[in-house]
Amino acid sequence: MSNATTQHNDSLLRFMTCGSVDDGKSTLIGRLLFDTKTILADTLNQMSRTSKKRGMEAVDLSLLTDGLQAEREQGITIDVAYRYFSTGTRKYIIADAPGHEQYTRNMVTAASTANLAIILIDARRGVLTQTRRHSYLAHLVGIQHIVVAINKMDLVNYDQATYDKICTDYLAFANDIGFAQARDIRFIPLSALAGDMLVDRLDNMPWYTGETLLEILESAPPAHTEGDEEFRFPVQFVCRPHASADADLHDFRGFMGRIESGEISVGDAVTVLPNGYQSKVKAIQLGETQLQHAQTEQSITLLLEDEIDTSRGDMIVKTGSTIAPVKQIEAFVCWLSETPLTTARTYIVRHTTRESKAKVGNIQYKVDVNTLEQQVTTDLKMNDIARISFKLAQPLMVDSYASNRATGAFIIIDESTNNTVGAGMII
Amino acid sequence: MTASANQSIAHQPLSHLDWLESEAIYILREVAGQCSNPVLLFSGGKDSLCILRLAEKAFRPGKFPFPLLHIDTGHNYKEVIDFRDQRAAEIGERLIVRSVEDSIQRGTVVLKSEEESRNKHQSVTLLEAIEEFGFDCCIGGARRDEEKARAKERIMSFRDEFGQWDPKNQRPELWDLYNARSHKGENIRAFPISNWTEMDVWQYIERENLALPSIYFAHQRDVVIRGDSIVPVNVPLVTGGVANPVKAGEEIVNLQVRFRTVGDISCTAPVISDADTLAKIVIETATSTITERGATRLDDQTSDASMEQRKKEGYF
Repeated sequence: MSNATTQHNDSLLRFMTCGSVDDGKSTLIGRLLFDTKTILADTLNQMSRTSKKRGMEAVDLSLLTDGLQAEREQGITIDVAYRYFSTGTRKYIIADAPGHEQYTRNMVTAASTANLAIILIDARRGVLTQTRRHSYLAHLVGIQHIVVAINKMDLVNYDQATYDKICTDYLAFANDIGFAQARDIRFIPLSALAGDMLVDRLDNMPWYTGETLLEILESAPPAHTEGDEEFRFPVQFVCRPHASADADLHDFRGFMGRIESGEISVGDAVTVLPNGYQSKVKAIQLGETQLQHAQTEQSITLLLEDEIDTSRGDMIVKTGSTIAPVKQIEAFVCWLSETPLTTARTYIVRHTTRESKAKVGNIQYKVDVNTLEQQVTTDLKMNDIARISFKLAQPLMVDSYASNRATGAFIIIDESTNNTVGAGMII
Repeated sequence: MTASANQSIAHQPLSHLDWLESEAIYILREVAGQCSNPVLLFSGGKDSLCILRLAEKAFRPGKFPFPLLHIDTGHNYKEVIDFRDQRAAEIGERLIVRSVEDSIQRGTVVLKSEEESRNKHQSVTLLEAIEEFGFDCCIGGARRDEEKARAKERIMSFRDEFGQWDPKNQRPELWDLYNARSHKGENIRAFPISNWTEMDVWQYIERENLALPSIYFAHQRDVVIRGDSIVPVNVPLVTGGVANPVKAGEEIVNLQVRFRTVGDISCTAPVISDADTLAKIVIETATSTITERGATRLDDQTSDASMEQRKKEGYF
C-alpha cells in the first residue's frame, strides 16, 4: 500500500473481518454494504420489520449478516459467511468469520482466501486477548495487509488520545510477535454505528487525516501483484478428445489447470514433476482463444511440444525451478474436526490437485493462540494449532507457505468420513 | 537456466469478470477431476447458461465430462423449455429430463392441491434422478448473493444419502482446496458461480454475448396484480392447458415486463421493464432498488428461513 492513490480499476479484492459481535463487526459490514448502496429496498424492509419485532427503533444493520436459523436463535455467528459489494472500481468479497476462541477454525478458513484483514477493536476496551489471537491467526495464514479498525469512537467522544494509546499498545504487541515489520499495518478510527470514516468521512474526527476505510480498501493491492513468484501449474484435468469426429483432434493432448503463480509464454522450457520430463510450451489456450502469454490466476490449457505422459496431480514448472518432490513435510496445522487427531492413524493430504496418504511423524508443540506460548502436547483437538511433521506415501511438490500460499497449503482428509479435518501450512 | 530467469515481475491483476470466470472454470475442472459421475443441472435459465459457457471454456475441444440434467416441474415457460432443448442440441451434449409429473404419477410427490407450487417438489424428483443414474455430484448455478442461507454454503457442499444439507456440520473449505469426496449414496453439490452477483452474471452474459430465452427481455404480457406481485396469468404450458388461470374478479392488464429470474411459473413473477437489450438490462440491474429474489420469487417471502428449510430438505 505504498502508493495510496493507486486505483485498481475493475479488479477484485478478498478481505476478512475479525472481531466479535460485541466489537460491532456485523454493524461494520452492514454499514459498508449500506453506504455503498448494496442493500436494496426489500432487504432493508425485511431488516426493518425484524428490528421492530425485536424492539429496536433504528434498523439494525447487523441483521444483514446473521444467516442461519441457529445463529438467529442464539444471536451469534457460527460459520463463515461471504458477502459481496462493488464500488464501480472494484468488486469485493468479504469473508465474515466469528471471532470467539471456539471458532478459531472458522477464522483460519476465512483467512485462507483473504488478502487483507480488518481487525476490530472496541475503543472502550482497547487491545484484548482476542485482538492478539486474531492478529496471530491473520499472520499465520499469511495475510499481508492488516487494517486495525478502532471502532465505537462515538462512545469515547471521538477522543484522539484514546485512539493513539490503542495504536501504541497494538504496535508494541505486533513487534513482540514479530509481524510489525513483515506486514503492512494501518490504523483507522471508526464508528460503524454512526458511519464515521467508513465510506463517508463525516466531521467528528477532524484530527484524523488518513484514508477512510473504503479508500484503504480501494487502494489495497490484490493477491499476486506485489512479489516475484515462480511459475506453478498443477494439472487438474487432461483433455484427450481422441474419439472426436474431428480427426485433427485425435492427437490433441491438453493439460488443463489454473496458473497458481508466475507466468508462462509459448516457447518456454518446462519440466513436469514429479517425473521430471522436459518439454516446451507449444500453445496456450483460454477457451477458444490462443494466447502467447498467460499469468497467475488464469485457468488455461497448456499444449506441449512432446508427447509426455502426464495426469491430474502432476505439476508443470519452468525448467530450472528450485522446486523438488518431497516425501516429508513440516507444517503448522490447524485442527478442524471434533474428532481429535490420532497419531497412529493414516490420513489423506490434499495439496494442489494431488493427494497422498500421510502419517503423522512428530507433534513438536502446540501454540496457545492467546498467549502464543509453545506447549508440549501429544494430541490435537479442534481449534488447536501445532507444528507437525508428516511422512508421505507419494511425493508432493511444495513451496513454503510464506513464499507461495497455493503450493504451501494443504488440507487433511479423514478417509473414513471423507471430512476435511485439518489445514496445513508448510514451513 | 538460473534461478533468476524463473522470477517474473509482479502482475497486473485480472479484471473481476476474468477472475470469476477463471475461478468457475477451476471449480468445474475440480469436479471433473474428483468425481466419477457428475451431472450439470441445466434449466435454460440465465445462471445455468453462464455455467454452460464456462463448461465450454473449461473442457473444449473435448466433450463435457458430464451430461446435463433438467428437473422439469411441468410448469415452466415454454420459451425457456424450447430454448433449453435448442441450446443442448447446439452444443452437442446429452440432456436428461426428469419431471415432477412422473414423481406425482409414482406417488412420491403428493400435491396438497392442484394449484400448489411444484417448485419445492423438484427436490424429490432430483433425488430420484440422482439415485437412478448414481450421480455423485450435481453442478448448480446457485449464488451466495441470492439469499442469506446461501451466503454460508460451501462451493462443494456435502449432502447425505437423504440429500439433506446440514448447515451446522459443513465441511471446512480452505484456500481453493475443494473436497468433493463422497461415499456411495451421498453426493456433492458444486456451485461454480457462488461468488458471482446478479450484476456479474449480466455483465458476463453481455461480454460473452450469450443468447437467452426471450422472456428475459422486455415484452408485452397479460398479468394480474396480486398483493405486491405482478402475476402472469393464463400461461400456456408445454403439456397443454394453462398455468395460473385468472381468478374470478381479477382484472387482466397487459404490461411491458421482463423476468429477472426464471423458474416454476407458480413462483416467478416478472418486473415492469423496458429493457429489451443486454446493455439495457445491465443498466437496469445496476440501478435496481430491489433484490432479484425479493422482486420475483414468491416462495422466499414466507419467512426469514424458507430457503434454509428447503435446502435442508434436499433443494439445490
